[in-house]
Amino acid sequence: MDHLDKLEAQSVYILREAYREFKSLCMLWSIGKDSTVMLWLARKAFFGHVPIPLVHIDTHYKIPEMIEYRDRFALEWNLNMIYGENSEVLAGKLTFPDGNIDRLTCCKYLKSEALKHTLSGEWPRYRMDHEQRRYVVDEGREPYTGVIVGVRADEEGSRSKERYFSPRDKDNVWDVGDQPPEFWNQFKTDFAPGTHVRIHPLLDWTEQNIWEYIEREKIPVVSLYFNQGAGIRYRSLGCYPCTNSVTSDAQTVPEIIEELKSGKFSNIAERSGRAQDAEDGGLETLRRDGYM
Amino acid sequence: MSGRAQMNIVIVGHVDHGKSTVIGRLLADTGSLPQGKLEAVRESCRRNSKPFEYAFLLDALKDEQAQGITIDMARCFFKTAARDYIIIDAPGHIEFLKNMITGASRAESALLVIDADEGIKENSKRHGQMMSMLGVKQVTVLANKMDRVNFSEEVFEKLKADYTAFLAQINVTPVSFIPVSAREGDNIATISERMAWYKGATVLEQLDQFTSDKELHEKPFRFPVQDIYKFTRSNDDRRIVAGTVAAGTVRVGDEVLFLPSGKKSAIQSVESFNTAPKQQTSSGEASGFTLTTQIYVRPGELMVKPAEPQPEVGSRFRVNIFWVGRAPMIRNKEYKLKLGSARAMVKLAEICNTLDASDLTYSKSKQQIDCRDVGECILETSRPIAFDTTSASETTGRFVIVDNYEIAGGGVVVENLSAGETLLQHHIKERENNWEAGLVRSEQRASVNRHRAKFIVFTGAAECGKRLVAKALEEGLFHNGMNAYYLGLANLDRGLDADLRSHSDSAGERLRRLGELARILTDAGLIFITTIDDADDYDIETLKLLNEPNDILVVNMGENGFSCYQPDLQVPDGGAVAEAVSLVAGLLKIKEIILDYQI
Repeated sequence: MDHLDKLEAQSVYILREAYREFKSLCMLWSIGKDSTVMLWLARKAFFGHVPIPLVHIDTHYKIPEMIEYRDRFALEWNLNMIYGENSEVLAGKLTFPDGNIDRLTCCKYLKSEALKHTLSGEWPRYRMDHEQRRYVVDEGREPYTGVIVGVRADEEGSRSKERYFSPRDKDNVWDVGDQPPEFWNQFKTDFAPGTHVRIHPLLDWTEQNIWEYIEREKIPVVSLYFNQGAGIRYRSLGCYPCTNSVTSDAQTVPEIIEELKSGKFSNIAERSGRAQDAEDGGLETLRRDGYM
Repeated sequence: MSGRAQMNIVIVGHVDHGKSTVIGRLLADTGSLPQGKLEAVRESCRRNSKPFEYAFLLDALKDEQAQGITIDMARCFFKTAARDYIIIDAPGHIEFLKNMITGASRAESALLVIDADEGIKENSKRHGQMMSMLGVKQVTVLANKMDRVNFSEEVFEKLKADYTAFLAQINVTPVSFIPVSAREGDNIATISERMAWYKGATVLEQLDQFTSDKELHEKPFRFPVQDIYKFTRSNDDRRIVAGTVAAGTVRVGDEVLFLPSGKKSAIQSVESFNTAPKQQTSSGEASGFTLTTQIYVRPGELMVKPAEPQPEVGSRFRVNIFWVGRAPMIRNKEYKLKLGSARAMVKLAEICNTLDASDLTYSKSKQQIDCRDVGECILETSRPIAFDTTSASETTGRFVIVDNYEIAGGGVVVENLSAGETLLQHHIKERENNWEAGLVRSEQRASVNRHRAKFIVFTGAAECGKRLVAKALEEGLFHNGMNAYYLGLANLDRGLDADLRSHSDSAGERLRRLGELARILTDAGLIFITTIDDADDYDIETLKLLNEPNDILVVNMGENGFSCYQPDLQVPDGGAVAEAVSLVAGLLKIKEIILDYQI
């Protein structure tokens, strides 16, 4: 087994463990490369099927191509696709692009709050109806007790502290200082009523591993990751008002891998194009409030 | 594509002995830090007027910096010419033992850091022992802060001798000892000129000499069944046995045996998604199989090859355990055991001895296992599970114990003790010795009822028609003037067993309650009839035991799923209900349970 085989096997094991142990389970799909690799790993784990609902939080400021991509593969791969949103804030234009609040508050409203209430079932969930090929309001309102998230330990300091199975209390709070032990491959799969567990199958992957796996498996990813002639590409995808492209000539996956290994990005943080991280407190403050 | 090898290493040792500094050094000296990180930390130190430390590089979290101790396992990555490393920083502070375990149980090798000036401390010892129990075989000891002891060879040799003597008591032999100064960089990436007396490898050289575990796939095949998948709704009729190969290799066509159920089949195919067709699979691979026959197996069984050395099957075993739970481990409390893919209710049956890792003293008198104790004890599961002793196969000889939703302890199985009296046998003996009988004897009851009492269990696949037969039998016996009663198990779920939804071993407890109920109803003279889907040998043996001293009669419908147990009657499925009923009634007559039966 090479290093990608080992990473794949461990992620598949974690996904199967989650599927076995959690009755109400979902997987967050941000449409980015990491959670798309995670979705692919689910197809590996379940032999071509994805028996876990996929949840996307639509901020309505996502780059349009991301939504097209989401819906195309939701249909093609027969996914149980669900999205949620913060309709109140969007209707009231309480967003950063509308000029009414700062970036971090905008993230909190459009992502963290929307996610929290979509997971709990308090806010409407929209499910892809494969016959009508469009979203309908989902009748299922059961809270998800297991949430599979594609964070990687190498992304940023706070994420390096995560467990594969990480408990959150009823207020979504992550007690970094008091986490359960994980012995060998035995994880925390028992949880008290009212709490939930976040599951992190990609924890050991690096940005480079992700691209190497995309190359090996020929996983389709959003074309925004590639330079399409203008000499720019996205390294990390988010909402268009807060995500900057990077200058790059990389047009193919092997070129991206080369760029990460020895080229211009070998020593620059991946999320450097995400403006919200630069604000005071940044990602860690967001994560404590339930940001993924 | 980079085919570079990767290795997980863990850095352990007593608090303040310099683990984080070693890591900071390894990152900096291999050029593995993000651009500008080193400068940023130096700048922040300058602004706050405190001396720069390599340890600060790891202090990614705010509250960690505030406390000044590494609170959790952080992961970081560095590369040498030989391979990529993932360092798992394991905190030395005693409060964070469970974080240390989490880190170390994923590591293939360890660096154990001891402050040469301060010497061997409590966690130097405890961590050394933990490495051994966790199965980390390659341990190198770093005698750190050599600059504080004037790079003295004498100090180093003394520490080496003392610590080697300690490790020898627990049968651990370290790979090497290296004198270093992580702060100054001596013997980390480059050999130190200030310790010319030292002729060994630098830390980086030593790391590159560690080997990855290659032996596993040559061991007997072990496959803990993680789950059974059938995605019928997505038009997929494959019934796939899924899991990760713990050891050994299996090929298409190989005979396989499932334990503890004892069912046999053979590999029809190795399943996978988006790969070339596979003919075999080996240790470490997350795999799936279809079998040549449709047998009913459950998650938690261990699939092995009958031709190879067999694992143990049992419910009572001697273990080495370490406890990290808030509450101590006590006797007669129900815990949940997770071993491989098996889950079972478990009780602490006996404490043989406990070891205080800080001073290596044994105690034989402790009545409980406290947090941070290492103990040898006897555990007993509610039903048999398949496992290996740790000396035979490490990966299937490890377990954890869950107490109140939390993993509270972990350990390794040393010996199978299943020949002794089980807790269940003991329970039944106690129950029968103390049974308060009424004044009516069972023979009197039988003579008035004109039939004897019996517990009749129908089993077979779900929906094989056994419930129809069971109900028809009840009706037939009733019309013949007998006291027969049919109980649907679903009624128990909503009644007697309604509290079991969140029970740690709901299946085991359901079975126990059914057996106890049968004991009462047969004592009342009834012919008590029920049905169980796919009962296995263990289920029936348990019911039989619980129903003692009264009798049980087992009718199997359709394919026989038992491995050894011989049902009293085999009835074909899909036949007429009346025929099946008269077969059972005929047997009841032969066994003199009833005298006559008229249709």
